Amino acid sequence: MLFLLLSLSLLCLSALLTVFCNARPERANFIGAAGAVSASAVGLFPAVRTLLHPAAETLSLPWPVPMASFSLTLDPLSAFFLVPVFILTAAAAIYGAGYFRPEEKKAPGLAWTAFNLLSAAMAVVFLAANAVLFLLAWEVMGVSSFFLVIFDHEKAQARKAAYIYLVAGAAGALALMFAFSLLGVQAGALDFAAFKRPEGPLAAAAFLSFLLGFGLKAGVIPLHVWLPEAHPAAPSHVSAVMSGVMIKTGIYGLIRALGLLSPWAPWWGWTLILIGLGSCLLGVVFALAQHDLKRLLAYSSIENIGIIVLALGLGVLGTAMGLYPLAALAFGGALLHVLNHALFKGLLFMGAGAVLHGAGTAEMEALGGLSKRMPRAAFLFVLGAAAACALPPFNGFAGEFLIYLGAFSALNGPANIVLAALLALAVLSAAGALALAVFSKAAGAVFLGEPRTQAAAGAHDCGPLMNAGMTLLAAACVVSGFAAPFLILPVSTALGAAFGLRTTLDFSGAAATPLIYLTAAFLALAAIVWVLAEKRRFFLGGRQPAAGPTWDCGYAAPSARMQYGASSFSQPLTAFFQPLLRKTLNIPVIAGYFPGKASFSSEARSVVFDHLYAPVIVRLRGLAFRFSWLQHGRLQFYILYIVAALMALLLWKL
Amino acid sequence: MSTLAELTIVFIILLNLALAVSGSMSVCIRLAAIQGVAAGLLPLLAGGGVMRGRAMAFAAFIILLKGAVFPWLMFRAREKTGARRDVDPLIGYPSSIMLCLGAFAASSWLGSRLPLPHSGVAFIVPASLATIFTGFLLITTRAKAITQVLGYLVIENGIYIFGLALFVEQPLMVELAILLDVFVAVFVMGIAIFHISREFDHIDTDQMDELTDWHQSEEGGNI
Repeated sequence: MLFLLLSLSLLCLSALLTVFCNARPERANFIGAAGAVSASAVGLFPAVRTLLHPAAETLSLPWPVPMASFSLTLDPLSAFFLVPVFILTAAAAIYGAGYFRPEEKKAPGLAWTAFNLLSAAMAVVFLAANAVLFLLAWEVMGVSSFFLVIFDHEKAQARKAAYIYLVAGAAGALALMFAFSLLGVQAGALDFAAFKRPEGPLAAAAFLSFLLGFGLKAGVIPLHVWLPEAHPAAPSHVSAVMSGVMIKTGIYGLIRALGLLSPWAPWWGWTLILIGLGSCLLGVVFALAQHDLKRLLAYSSIENIGIIVLALGLGVLGTAMGLYPLAALAFGGALLHVLNHALFKGLLFMGAGAVLHGAGTAEMEALGGLSKRMPRAAFLFVLGAAAACALPPFNGFAGEFLIYLGAFSALNGPANIVLAALLALAVLSAAGALALAVFSKAAGAVFLGEPRTQAAAGAHDCGPLMNAGMTLLAAACVVSGFAAPFLILPVSTALGAAFGLRTTLDFSGAAATPLIYLTAAFLALAAIVWVLAEKRRFFLGGRQPAAGPTWDCGYAAPSARMQYGASSFSQPLTAFFQPLLRKTLNIPVIAGYFPGKASFSSEARSVVFDHLYAPVIVRLRGLAFRFSWLQHGRLQFYILYIVAALMALLLWKL
Repeated sequence: MSTLAELTIVFIILLNLALAVSGSMSVCIRLAAIQGVAAGLLPLLAGGGVMRGRAMAFAAFIILLKGAVFPWLMFRAREKTGARRDVDPLIGYPSSIMLCLGAFAASSWLGSRLPLPHSGVAFIVPASLATIFTGFLLITTRAKAITQVLGYLVIENGIYIFGLALFVEQPLMVELAILLDVFVAVFVMGIAIFHISREFDHIDTDQMDELTDWHQSEEGGNI
């Protein structure tokens, strides 16, 4: 615990110091990054130790706020979520030191302050053992990331994104306050340890409001509208942290809330399963339609959150129906995917940032051929993309594999579990295939072929710091892919802290053999690749393979515009999903034998926002303007309102 | 108990009425200052003759601040902004005094209903509430920004007297904290008023609705 406090202090101290470095970008970069990296190194130690030797440490300091205590508890579940926080914070900080260019006009001092505060707030969210402290850290997390989203405040899109983000954060916090007060009323205190499970409808209300609050942060569909706006707007290493770990605070909260509300009703599981299925499928379909690389990655995060929530739902349903092996495998798969998604999504966002940094745009139709210009970033991005598609031997595979295993194990259970398992299997495999299409499109359009614009042609490789940040995460992706059996112990201790000892035993029993086989298969795969590479080298015998232009059926003047573009690559699939996507297509009518110049455009708007939220917002706005006569700009009357309200309160209590 | 203290209370109530009817800005500033001094003397008079050093020091500080520093700041703000010399009420003086009397009646009723510890001095709770209401009256029915600062000070006087009624033991510590807040507030307001008058050539809060933003948002605007 002492190390964690030291880590938090380092983060806060460096956040404070960078405030004063606004005029000196190099110094701000140094202090911010050094603070974050050292804090992560210090913080990782107790987190890993708690995972290997499960024990719960509590630190409780008196705090004069009513109902509150400054209680931090480090148990294996917190530690499991802290590990990706610290890894990703460190990698992102190293990357960020190269990402904020000193020659740019905008000073990075305040961005570093917000970044380090964000890291500290996330750590406190995972550690807090008191609802007031939890909510406070939750709000600090929201506000500091808001300042990072609005970093490019001269762009209207960033301002809109930040506004939506702020509103979503406030709505989520409101739901959480309601949920915690439901629990607190019964217990008479707001310490997590003091909470008792509420009865009947109260428990359902608490579950639903926790689901609303944490679901908003996690970004499950249909509560995701802020996510594809906010994540692309932030600087790329911040997007990496937000997508990699910040949305996982929602998952963590959900797991904690489930722990507080156990035993569960089966319909809770069904709710989570349906939300998970929807997020998983729609997330990946929406990702397919995006033109902006970072937006695509944001939608892919929604898909992965969907997978995790789906797994949690399967676990809840399995526990409620008494199918413990299913529950253990699903919960374990969910936790493993939390860790793995943090690593590969962080890597991917940093890769997108490298593209943005090098070519000046993340618009996929404007890029191309970057693998020749920035080979290292291209290699690392493709590696991350392979992990995101759950391709062996990378780390995305293991978590989904366990969820599949759990679903298969449930197939000879009672009828409605079979239905859930079949749905999960179908959607997971469909989403997996679509994810492959998404990332082939992204990697192909951005890195392969020839540059489509001048900007892409003039792209430059990123600096050593950015490469170092990405390499760190890429190494973590490969290692945690091969080392899946070694992750059984941490995952099972975390499961024990979250759901009880029984889950731990079930999980380590059910997951050990498959994961060991998996690693053996991965090693065999690596060996085959190595043998093939050796063979190739042998056959080449030191000669250089010749590279020439693609054979184009004898056409003599190919241009970059003749390549498959990002949209044309995904067109067959997006056309199939058009009823869901509702892309607006602007197709020119071509008449006559020698048509003139024509242009085609397509736009993937946010379907859920346009068809679910926008009508509600219009209604609310109309309702609000009915009361606009109250807002006439006369100060005296405003004060009169306050006086009247105070008097009413006084008289009401008399 | 203490006749002198009760007389002071009556004096404060009369000052409220005077504040409600007086039309000259400088008179209003002076009246508020006199009220502040009277309120500052109150704990000494109600203390039953036992003059402790600390209470004396507090009282002296309060009287200095309310009787000298605040009026000086207000006069200075008025001079600098070149405001006209009348308070520019939004409602007539007869209605002002009727409202003030109504406020006193309401405070008497409210004072009898509030569950407060009994204090030695009669009418202290109604007087404090009436002073607070008079302050609100000044804020809401006068157009100039300076009058609103004035109303704020009158409210503070009322809160101070109320504090005397509530915290019979240690009123001064609480009061000191409030007073420091008010001091900073008056200071800031003085500066703000000066800047507003330089920017807009007047300090009529009435006309500040040109700053309102809802004319634009009626168009639809951004979501």
